[in-house]
Amino acid sequence: MAEFNIIGRSLLRDDGPGKVSGRTEYIADIEMPGCWVGGVVRSWTARGMLKGIKRSASFDWSKVTVVTHEDIPGENYISMVRNDYPALAEEEINYLSQAIALVAAPDAKLLKEAMASLEPEIEPLKPVLTMEEALEGKEIIWGSDNIIDEYFNGSGDVGKGFAEADVIVEGDWATGFHEQLYLETQGMAAHMREDGAVEVIGSLQCPFYVHGAVQKIMGLSPEKVTIKHAATGGGFGGKEDYPSILGSYAALLAYRSGHPVRIVFDREEDLLVTPKRHPSKSHYRMGLKKDGKITALDADILLDSGAYTTLSRVVLQRSQLHACGIYFVPNVRIRSRAVATNTPPNGAFRGFGAPQSIFAMERQMDLAAKELGIDPLDIRLKNALRTGDRFPYGQILNEKNNAVKVLEKAAEMSDYRTKRELYAAQPGGRFKKGIGIAAALHGGGFTGAGEDEMGTTARVCFNGSRFCLYVSSTEIGQGSSTILRMVAAEELGVGIEDVLYMTPDTSKSPNTGPTVASRTTMYASKAVWDACANIIKKLAEWRSLKGLPEDMPTSSLAEKYFKEYSKLDELGYNIFDDDSRWDGEKFEGDAYRGYSWIANVIEVEVDTDTYEVSAEKVYAAAEVGRAINPMQLRGQLTGGLLQAIGWSHLEDMRVDEKGRYTASHMNAYLVPTTLDTPEWEIELLEDPCAQGCFGAKGIGELPMNAAGPAFVSAVDSAAGVFCDSIPCTGEKLFRLVLKEENKAAEGGN
Amino acid sequence: MDMKTISFSVNGKPQKVHVRTNWTLSSVLREQLGLLGTKIGCGEGECGACSVLMNGKTVTSCLVLAVQADGAEIITIEGLENMDGTLHPVQEAFVEAGAVQCGYCTPGMVMSTIALLEKHPEPTEEEVREGLTGNLCRCTGYQKIFEAVQIASKKMRRG
Repeated sequence: MAEFNIIGRSLLRDDGPGKVSGRTEYIADIEMPGCWVGGVVRSWTARGMLKGIKRSASFDWSKVTVVTHEDIPGENYISMVRNDYPALAEEEINYLSQAIALVAAPDAKLLKEAMASLEPEIEPLKPVLTMEEALEGKEIIWGSDNIIDEYFNGSGDVGKGFAEADVIVEGDWATGFHEQLYLETQGMAAHMREDGAVEVIGSLQCPFYVHGAVQKIMGLSPEKVTIKHAATGGGFGGKEDYPSILGSYAALLAYRSGHPVRIVFDREEDLLVTPKRHPSKSHYRMGLKKDGKITALDADILLDSGAYTTLSRVVLQRSQLHACGIYFVPNVRIRSRAVATNTPPNGAFRGFGAPQSIFAMERQMDLAAKELGIDPLDIRLKNALRTGDRFPYGQILNEKNNAVKVLEKAAEMSDYRTKRELYAAQPGGRFKKGIGIAAALHGGGFTGAGEDEMGTTARVCFNGSRFCLYVSSTEIGQGSSTILRMVAAEELGVGIEDVLYMTPDTSKSPNTGPTVASRTTMYASKAVWDACANIIKKLAEWRSLKGLPEDMPTSSLAEKYFKEYSKLDELGYNIFDDDSRWDGEKFEGDAYRGYSWIANVIEVEVDTDTYEVSAEKVYAAAEVGRAINPMQLRGQLTGGLLQAIGWSHLEDMRVDEKGRYTASHMNAYLVPTTLDTPEWEIELLEDPCAQGCFGAKGIGELPMNAAGPAFVSAVDSAAGVFCDSIPCTGEKLFRLVLKEENKAAEGGN
Repeated sequence: MDMKTISFSVNGKPQKVHVRTNWTLSSVLREQLGLLGTKIGCGEGECGACSVLMNGKTVTSCLVLAVQADGAEIITIEGLENMDGTLHPVQEAFVEAGAVQCGYCTPGMVMSTIALLEKHPEPTEEEVREGLTGNLCRCTGYQKIFEAVQIASKKMRRG
């Protein structure tokens, strides 16, 4: 007999038919009678003092509503990690495109005219646009030293570790901006109810984050704010924090205008103002024995936060905790800092700080392998974390040797060793093949005590014929609405068709926590599972009280119960029964209850005339705890891997000398098309996690973590270079090849 | 801006619409005709979310002016379902293959697949990639979309 009825089956998504038929309503599609449109007046300079906002006398201002910070009924900040981010600028301007005023108008044409008739008067100051300038500290733009947050971990004896080393390898590594580029741009709408309550609906990941932000800015009590979820066309982290801002704007405009107001960004505005993945710069110094065994590591990681904290503190935590990747390092010192610059605040993007530091560690391993003449696979196997090994922050790995397993599996699937030799010996010619390997882990759920403190709650109630799931976990494309139903159906012992996922609405759904951190399947599902277990328990007690047959199916029992009481409604929680410990002060302990693991082998072809690189084949071995729905899981993995590959060579965005992003259109920010897509080969491994729902681990972010370094490692092997940063664009590769040629020429002299 | 009356067929139904000459086909479909299945991802012809069939060929409807569609035959995602509400084989295939995630690219992707299969009823992998290159998907890594096209091809040949 199979272990499960429903878990582990590739069931079809419940939202598929609505989406293929075009009937699913996203925020721009929802009919809102009498709805006005909203817009944001922004700073044209990266730093300065706001002196006022000039209104053109020729415009009839009675036709529209304008909101500045003076019109905010509550507090003027966006409630996130720290309250340093004003919703609308008061005096200080800290980045280009910072919001100064809001406008609502009956139609788009009038809105455009009104926006053009408002001119922010700003006295410009010299902006700090790079982390280097910020660290120099000549201009202070945040706090007393431009450091938004800082972490440190150390263990062992680093001095002794370096003294024991046969070689010391040092490298500087960098990663660039990364835009989520969800296909549906950001959009939110709000209206005031007659009782003075505000209702906000939109494209978002975290209903209760928006709920908190709107309460603060409107000065309303929790019950006077309702947040509803509209179908959301992708998030990838990009709709974690920004909807709190846009939702606050929509609420302010609805309140001041007396009309429902909708704000939907066009692509240009979305690209220019919404958060990106933090660019990073890292310096790694590593000591190793001749056989490749690491003896010591000293790592210094910098993330560019942009002008305000937003989520940088928690992103930085993840960079810090993933800084050694999948490796055991006996003597280690890791320091990380989030640095303020006069650029738009960076935020969440799948991986959340881990891809940046793992890129550095994986490149460091490749550099060490190169210097020691060891194969990149062998140096990884030699140092991979094994059961009982200690992380730099004190946690002891109590899982199987999954790092080794995924590496071995990926190498076997791809025939890595044979191809590595074959490509090393390939003759000259225009097209060169290369192969690279990299591996990563990802800690599922919130960092540290985050999950213990979250109070993750779900509600399951029977409506007379079916079981309804009330959660704040949103369906953003990742398949959660189907996964949560599968979990409930498994526990209740009913068919998946007997379970309904209710679209999140903060007035009805308890707080299951935000839809972030690869936590929905792993942890939010556990609250659903618990609520279902409570229903089963209640029904079983009642059945024995009534003397009903023991084999009566849950559905029939629930129907009978419901007829008698008209109510069958239970809450459930994500309960942990382990002795996990985290010390937030020391930043030490059990950082995550389950790690998922991945190894990627990537094969590329480099056109040595044009410096174009194509990813031809990608192999991924992923250890996922339990594959609740293998088909959807594979879709998550290939989707995430392709985003990572895009980040590795195509997706190029910088900040220009004015502090403006260099890409404001999709023709300047290129994401992979069907022609840029490799062939995929995916293998799933399962080492169930005791604290994850049915053994599941977090997998949403995992595929983002290792594909970048695997990709550039493959480029190195094809082109005879060593790449220190991504994106490795054609221009960058050209410069690297030139550098190698110059080196060779100098060597020849 | 000048106004003009255009006559065209949308999903087999004749339509007469009074439009400004600078309005795009996508805005007329969405705002005048209420056909909201056609999505706007960029408004610049880069993402393909607004793909519809115009005289049997895919166009990005955000780049076509409504006046250019005068006299044309337009099919949108809403025109694919059968009278009894059942899905078109391409739509069925997308659901079955797991080719739908956030769904925002899906209507455009389905329209491009229909045009692709019209041209190549039994497409090679290369033809699938070429045929869908104008449609971006940020969720799936395209693999399941490629699989959906092959499933649809089989379904349609079976009739």
